[in-house]
Parts: sequence; structure tokens; C-alpha cells
Amino acid sequence: MNIKGKKVIALGERDGIQGTALAECARSAGAEVVLQMTHCFV
Amino acid sequence: MTQTLVRPVIQGVRYVLAHTPGLVRYGSKPTRELAQAPGLLDAINAHLRSYEAAVAYPPNRAFLGAIYPDDLRTYGQPWYKVSEGGQRWGPHGEIMPEGEFYGFLRICDAFDLVWLEAEFTRVVRTHLTQHPFISATDLGRLGEGFPASKIEAQIASGGLALPLFLRDGRVIGCIHAAHDEDGSLAADVLLENLACKATATLALRTLLAHSKTDPTMIEYVLNSGEEAVGDRYQRGGGNLAKAVAEMCGCTMATGSDIKGFCCGPVHALAVAGGLVSSRMFRQVVVLGGCSLAKLGMKFRGHLHHDQPILEDVLAGVAVLVGEDDGRSPVLRLDSLGRHTVGAGSSQQAIFERLVAEPLQRLNLRFRDIDKYATELHNPEVTEPAGSGNVPLLNYRVIGGLAALHKEITPAELPAFVTQHGMPGFSPTQGHIASAIPFLGHAVDRMLAGQMQRAMFLAKGSLFLGRMTQMADGLSFILERQP
Repeated sequence: MNIKGKKVIALGERDGIQGTALAECARSAGAEVVLQMTHCFV
Repeated sequence: MTQTLVRPVIQGVRYVLAHTPGLVRYGSKPTRELAQAPGLLDAINAHLRSYEAAVAYPPNRAFLGAIYPDDLRTYGQPWYKVSEGGQRWGPHGEIMPEGEFYGFLRICDAFDLVWLEAEFTRVVRTHLTQHPFISATDLGRLGEGFPASKIEAQIASGGLALPLFLRDGRVIGCIHAAHDEDGSLAADVLLENLACKATATLALRTLLAHSKTDPTMIEYVLNSGEEAVGDRYQRGGGNLAKAVAEMCGCTMATGSDIKGFCCGPVHALAVAGGLVSSRMFRQVVVLGGCSLAKLGMKFRGHLHHDQPILEDVLAGVAVLVGEDDGRSPVLRLDSLGRHTVGAGSSQQAIFERLVAEPLQRLNLRFRDIDKYATELHNPEVTEPAGSGNVPLLNYRVIGGLAALHKEITPAELPAFVTQHGMPGFSPTQGHIASAIPFLGHAVDRMLAGQMQRAMFLAKGSLFLGRMTQMADGLSFILERQP
């Protein structure tokens, strides 16, 4: 998937992949991260 | 790590559950949902469990020490269909019925906040009189109760008193706000804090009695719960530790709170170990009361699957940390794993710091740890709400790390998870569910010579408070005496 130039919302999960890590990946692929957040479901 | 003066040991662990279906409506999620759709209450009430069902529920029995967590695999799921085999008292503590718990709330109330109806109080008194850890002084605090008409009037007058319900919907009392303009002293906040005090008190009283510990020998108490006790000028002022110590006759103790979201208890155990090791204090108690806000947290998923609302219990824990007695399992202070600020936030980075790095430091292999105690949330609570099987996720990461370190092959991962992990069995009570539900089992097994060492690791979701994007984590190894 090519996300270069796209806007990205990065929603992470504490026991999975955190929002900060998702956002970093998206930025490195040329996307603009407009929101990043990590949730805790317990 | 330099050599310590004294090795700290875990001299006892006790737990408590209070079955409080009538309080489910006051969990954070139900409160918010009911404000939007009051008609939901009928569905909630129709899915509340009986006390007998909560007693028989295998995860609750595992929490109270009657079932070894691995043995939960022998019970067919769904576990909530198991209707026989439970008892109020397990080896590690009791599950208290809601009527008695309301009575104990009143006993723990130092400010006349909780009013219970007179006839209800009379009935509860007959039950609490039989309780091994309720004294005549406690029964004096229970009082005679209040006329129903007076309670109704309090509830009707301006919304500063919150009604207290039984599972069947009957109002048996109310709890008052302590200030008419202070949100930190609102009735719902005080109910959360008082319930936390009550569950922690029950756990500590059980611990002191079962370990035959003189309460006056306790020098320091560390509370590690998620409550925020305070007022408008200091919302998390704290020191519930001392309030609980007072309730347990620990007249020579003082204390303080250690906060770290779900990671609080493991931080507190590490600090307690340090206090004992340095001989600052000979015996330190670590405790945590309940998280009332998490009652019914996943109720939507439970209603959707037409299953009982399983988040209907409040939990508490108390741990006694003392000087090496030549017998009790050792809290190895040289084994601490820390998720440091600079460690990075990926799961791999967190588990490297909490698991791999301490093992490497101690020249241990992944398989040298008999059991890893991580987030032990009961999957039967979380999966219907789409939140996954949290302990299984964590065990796969630990196993994956063992594979990355070439200590197991990828094909051995499922067996590693089964052998060194365990099914989740803890109520979703935040800090309570993080590692420490296994502490009592580990102590039992080590004292019986059936387990060499276990690792306890907890994670805290610091980002929830919006002060940092970081998570947190801490781990330690518990080891049998030679």
C-alpha cells in the first residue's frame, strides 16, 4: 500500500502496537499523521 | 547491583473479592451509557449474576487460590456456565456477598457518609457477626441504621446523595457527597474511594490473620491502587495506605501511596523490597484496593453476546514483604527489569527491558523461569467486547523474544506459551490484574518445592493521563529458597 502524501490516523493499542510506533512507520512512508493515539482496553 | 544487606522475602499474599452486582451501574462505562440511554438499565439488571454463580465461577476461584491457573484449562468454556464447586473462602481469601460488603463500607466510613436502612443493617449485622475478621468495634461502627424514609429524603434532596442498590434493585441506603461544590468529594468519587479502602482493608486483615502477624509489627504500608483520594485543592492527595493501616490495627505503621497505573503494585513491591533490604523497615505491606470504575467496563459486549456481566466483583490484594526468614520466596532485587524513558515504546522494546535484559544480567535462560506472570485479565471478560486475550498476546511476545534470542525454535512457541504462561483469570481491576494475582500461587508452589522461580511483569498505560505518550513497565523475579 502506498501511503505517501496521504493523511493517516494512527490508533494503537497498549498490548499490541502503540500509536507512536504506527505513526513513526506512517511518517517514514511519507504520510502525514494527523492524529495518533494509544488505547488501553483493560 | 551492589550486594544487599538483607534479602527481602514475600511472607504472605492474600486477596479479597466482593461481589457487588448492585454497583455495576456505577462503573464508569455503565454510568456514561446509562446517562445516554436510561432504558439500558433493564438489560443490565437482567444480566447480573447471583452470588452463588460468582462463587462458582472458576476464574474467581483461581483468584482466591482454590484453582491453580493452569487447571482452568480443564474446565470447559464458557466458564460462567460452571455452577458448582465453589466456596466463599478460598486458600487466599474470600468472596464477600454484596449485603455484607455494604455493611463493611459503613464500617470503613469515618465521616458518616454511608447511611444504611435500619432493617437491612440488622440483617447484615447478623452476618458480619459471624465474620472472622469483623470485631465488636466494627459492629459498633455499623450502627443501627436509618429509617427508609430518611434515606429516601436524602436521595430526593438535590442529588448530593447517591442511592445504593442490591442486585434485585432494592435501595438499601445511600452515600453522601462531603461538599456541595467539590467534585473530588462528590458521592460517586467517595463511593469509589471508600470501596477501595474497604477491599484493601479486608485483604490486609486476611493477610495479617493468616500469616499470624502482629499488626503492630508492621512499620510501613505502601498502597498501590488506582484511586484518587483528595479534595478540590489536591485531587490525588492520597495516602489511603495509612487509612487502611488504621483499620487493621497497624498502630506502629505509617505509609504512603505509589502510583503507576496498572504497574503500581510491582513498583510498590520493588520499593518495599528496597526498604526491607536497607533495614529501614523490617516488615512492609504492599496493598491495593479495588477499582470500582471498572465494574461493567465490557458490559456492552456481554449484553451483545447475551452472557452475564462478568465485571461484577471488586478486588483487593495485600502482600507482606519482610526480612529473609530462610523459608519464604526471595524477591530478587538484582532481577529488576525497568522500562526506562529512553527504551522505546514498541512491544519488543518493552519486553526486551522487562524480560530479556534481566535474564541476561542474571545469566538465566527464558526457560529457567517456570512461570511468567503478566497482565492476567480474564479473556472471558475481554474477548466478547473485542479486546482480545491480553495474557495470550503477552505470552506470544515473550515466546517470540525467546525465539529471537535463539532459545526456542518458532515451532516450539505454542508449547512455550502453554508451559510458561497461564490462562488469564483476574477481574479487570486495573492494577490488580497486572501480574500480582499469581503471586499467591507462586509463593505456595515455592514453599512446597514445586517451583523454582517466577517472573512478575506489569505494564502501565501512562498515556491515558495525557501527560506523556509513554507506557511504563517493571518486572522482578521471585525465587525459591535453596
